[in-house]
Amino acid sequence: MRIRKELFADERDDDLAIVGKPVRRQDIEGHVTGRTTFFDDRLVPGLLHIRCVRSTHDHARIRAIDTREAERVPGVRRILRWADLPKKAHNILTIFNFGIDDEPALADGKVRYRGEPIVAIVAESLRAADEAVAKVRVDYDPLPAVFDVEEALKPDAPLVNEYIGRNWFRYWGDYDCQQIRFGDVEAAFRQADVIVEGRYQMSPIEHAPLETQGCIVVPGEDGRFTVYTCTQGLHFSLDNTAAQLRLDTNRLHFIGGTVGGGFGGKVDTVVEPLAVLAAMLTGRPVRYVFTRAEEMQVSSPRGAERVYITDGVTRDGRILARKIVHYHDAGAYSRLSTYGTIKSAAHHPGPYWIPNVWVDSFCVFTNRTPSSAMRGFGVTGGDFALESQMDAVARAIGMDPLELRIKNAYRDGDMKAHRKLTEGAALIECIQVAAELARWPLSEEARSASSRIGGGGDRGRVPPTPPARTRLSDRGEGERGRETSRIDAAERPSARATTPPPSWLRSEARAVEARAVEDGARRAAEGGEGRRREEQEPPEPPRPASGHGALRFSSVFGSRRR
Amino acid sequence: MAKHRGRGVASVNYPIGMNLGGDPSQALVHATPTGKFVVTLSSIDLGQGMKSVTRQLAAETLGVPIEDVHVDTGDSDTGPHCMGSFASRGTHRAGNAVVAAAREAKEVLLEVAAEELEVDPRDLELDGRGNVRVKGAPARALSVRDVAQAAHFKRGKSISGRGMFLVPPSDVDPDTGAMRPVTTYAHACMIVDVEVDDETGEVRVLSIKAAYEIGRALNIGLVEQQLVGGAWMGISHALFETVEPYYPDRAHGPTDFNGYLMPGPGDMCPVEIEIIERPALDGPYGAKGIGEMCATPPIPAIANAIEDAIGVRITEMPFTPEKILRALDAKRAGR
Repeated sequence: MRIRKELFADERDDDLAIVGKPVRRQDIEGHVTGRTTFFDDRLVPGLLHIRCVRSTHDHARIRAIDTREAERVPGVRRILRWADLPKKAHNILTIFNFGIDDEPALADGKVRYRGEPIVAIVAESLRAADEAVAKVRVDYDPLPAVFDVEEALKPDAPLVNEYIGRNWFRYWGDYDCQQIRFGDVEAAFRQADVIVEGRYQMSPIEHAPLETQGCIVVPGEDGRFTVYTCTQGLHFSLDNTAAQLRLDTNRLHFIGGTVGGGFGGKVDTVVEPLAVLAAMLTGRPVRYVFTRAEEMQVSSPRGAERVYITDGVTRDGRILARKIVHYHDAGAYSRLSTYGTIKSAAHHPGPYWIPNVWVDSFCVFTNRTPSSAMRGFGVTGGDFALESQMDAVARAIGMDPLELRIKNAYRDGDMKAHRKLTEGAALIECIQVAAELARWPLSEEARSASSRIGGGGDRGRVPPTPPARTRLSDRGEGERGRETSRIDAAERPSARATTPPPSWLRSEARAVEARAVEDGARRAAEGGEGRRREEQEPPEPPRPASGHGALRFSSVFGSRRR
Repeated sequence: MAKHRGRGVASVNYPIGMNLGGDPSQALVHATPTGKFVVTLSSIDLGQGMKSVTRQLAAETLGVPIEDVHVDTGDSDTGPHCMGSFASRGTHRAGNAVVAAAREAKEVLLEVAAEELEVDPRDLELDGRGNVRVKGAPARALSVRDVAQAAHFKRGKSISGRGMFLVPPSDVDPDTGAMRPVTTYAHACMIVDVEVDDETGEVRVLSIKAAYEIGRALNIGLVEQQLVGGAWMGISHALFETVEPYYPDRAHGPTDFNGYLMPGPGDMCPVEIEIIERPALDGPYGAKGIGEMCATPPIPAIANAIEDAIGVRITEMPFTPEKILRALDAKRAGR
């Protein structure tokens, strides 16, 4: 691999002794000889194992859980239930005062995705744990489920997550999405020669680390718990585990740092809290490691994203306006999707200077495995859409795709859509070098372009921007009220069953998060009031302003001249 | 029925570190009595080389041989806080913390050496081979070991340093989205050649050529491993992987690697990459981060190459043979 030292040489000192050299890794010998110690290499006597009973439904109320037979399996030491949880619902960002505690570590009387843990078996062996799992009887009352992000935003969609209270996350108090407003896209579409529309969709992707996620917890004599873990954020997971268990943080000692593949899949802190809880309740060391099947279908994947892009372009290849509606499929719980949604909005419209930009980025809840971070979080899905769209634009106007990119590339001094000036741009140079490597012919103009020249000036100013707030409908408190009010004392599990009451009836999370739910229930009980709703439609795919003669290219509706 | 060749491009940038900042990392550096250095972190090595990169940064900043530095990480009792290894932040955030800690430790080292040599610390330098010497008079020198011995047993001084790096958190304007997502971006452009079989719908990636601008390549070997591995992952994302093959329908979800397909060694193509270094103003020696961005550009580049090859645009990932054949059918049917 070659470094092109001649580029940006004046911005760099190349007098370093060790930095830049292909120094051998400190840990390479352990890795290549198989001697590196990972969390699961600890030999701990008296280890107990956890396996979870998982939901076989996408969305269901739990009428009863019968664990009597499971308890009689030899070697079963404890069965953890929602009632055992010190904190009834949690989200890993609320330790930073962002987001909503919206996820119970074990089902709270309802399951919201297939694979959701309902009870955790703690046993002397994996075999005993598996046997007990098979003997737990769960009586479900299936509920309608929603899987499509746009379906989920419709007023009559089933409510996925009562802690959130609606099927989308509200930002900054009461904004239905993270929006970017820069210039006037509708006016610019009217100036454009060509309108190009695209719809891009990705599906959930697994991190597929060699080492599935897990941990081993060892209770110490001093009241502390040592947690051998593969987390990607040592203190992050420690603090989140402590918060979930309502433990002082200094009672936890996390040891990790060497991980068998992460790719963003080992941030959620899903295994540690249950394992520490099991160790607390049994006084024994506990191991909780996902099987490959759990890793693939139960642990958070890279979330699916759906992106609609509308571009207004001139015939000579200048993108005048770009409008993006971006849906993030969070699955049933927030995890980190609330964060990724903002990041995706900040990333648009890609590494280009486009004078008019509109972005609506939605975090949407559906009845699937909660998604979370993965390598390129908030960027990969967007870049698939943006860079596919760039080629669609190039085709629509008959322009070379690299020339189009250089022409629109951001340069030093350009104002970005999120209103920060571009510094240190180098997209143009990357295109030039890649073109050279592939012997892709570029025009003289493209070859002589520079990230350091031609930006700024008018391109460095924030254009006049008409205020525009995207609001989804309030979507009928009544329906939400009905939904909630049915889950009521009368339908609570019988005394014989061990199912805890639904969290929103008796949860500490109630103070803030469940308020909307309770309001809905109250109003429904009072009759009628809750049915009042603002008649607003969920967002539609972006559409350019009508009444102009732009040629329209669309992967959504096919090409047509308007 | 034929095989069609096509070429596609993608150019991208990548934000370094957590969006909106506010994600600190700390480092501690101290010398042992024999003049070896330990860097203490809680940053995670996922195989990406966190320990190696921070070790190089410490050795470079201290001015000592790399063999004299050991990185100890992953113990919450001893390692100071680091937000974690994600968001392409390790090199930039933890790297900066290590450089700051090493600088502070080096100051103490030079102070002690100056006292021992009876010179002004500003006149001293390290030779990179384990000695402190007077600038311009290399004969007047002490080994780092001797300086550490003096610090420990004679002068009672701790040769140590603390480093912390934080990009201050940014607000977000809810109406306009005005914000400061990150302080620096890496860049890339990729050109991909593919061959598409219009009978089976299979796509073979023939070659990847790319340029990556990454601020500073701290360890060119690790850079290459990341970028080639990332290219493989990008091919995998583009053509093979999903846990929900009929999304949003949840059916047919794989539960093992027989059902969850990824490219094997025979599916990997030659990857030719050149590196550009435009230093980040706030990066350790200008470095940015390459952990995540390298898996991204193959995806759209392959989509674009498929269209170049067979004239249909696949807009849903992954670009499986089934989707390609259906798109070809639709094209033939004039839809």
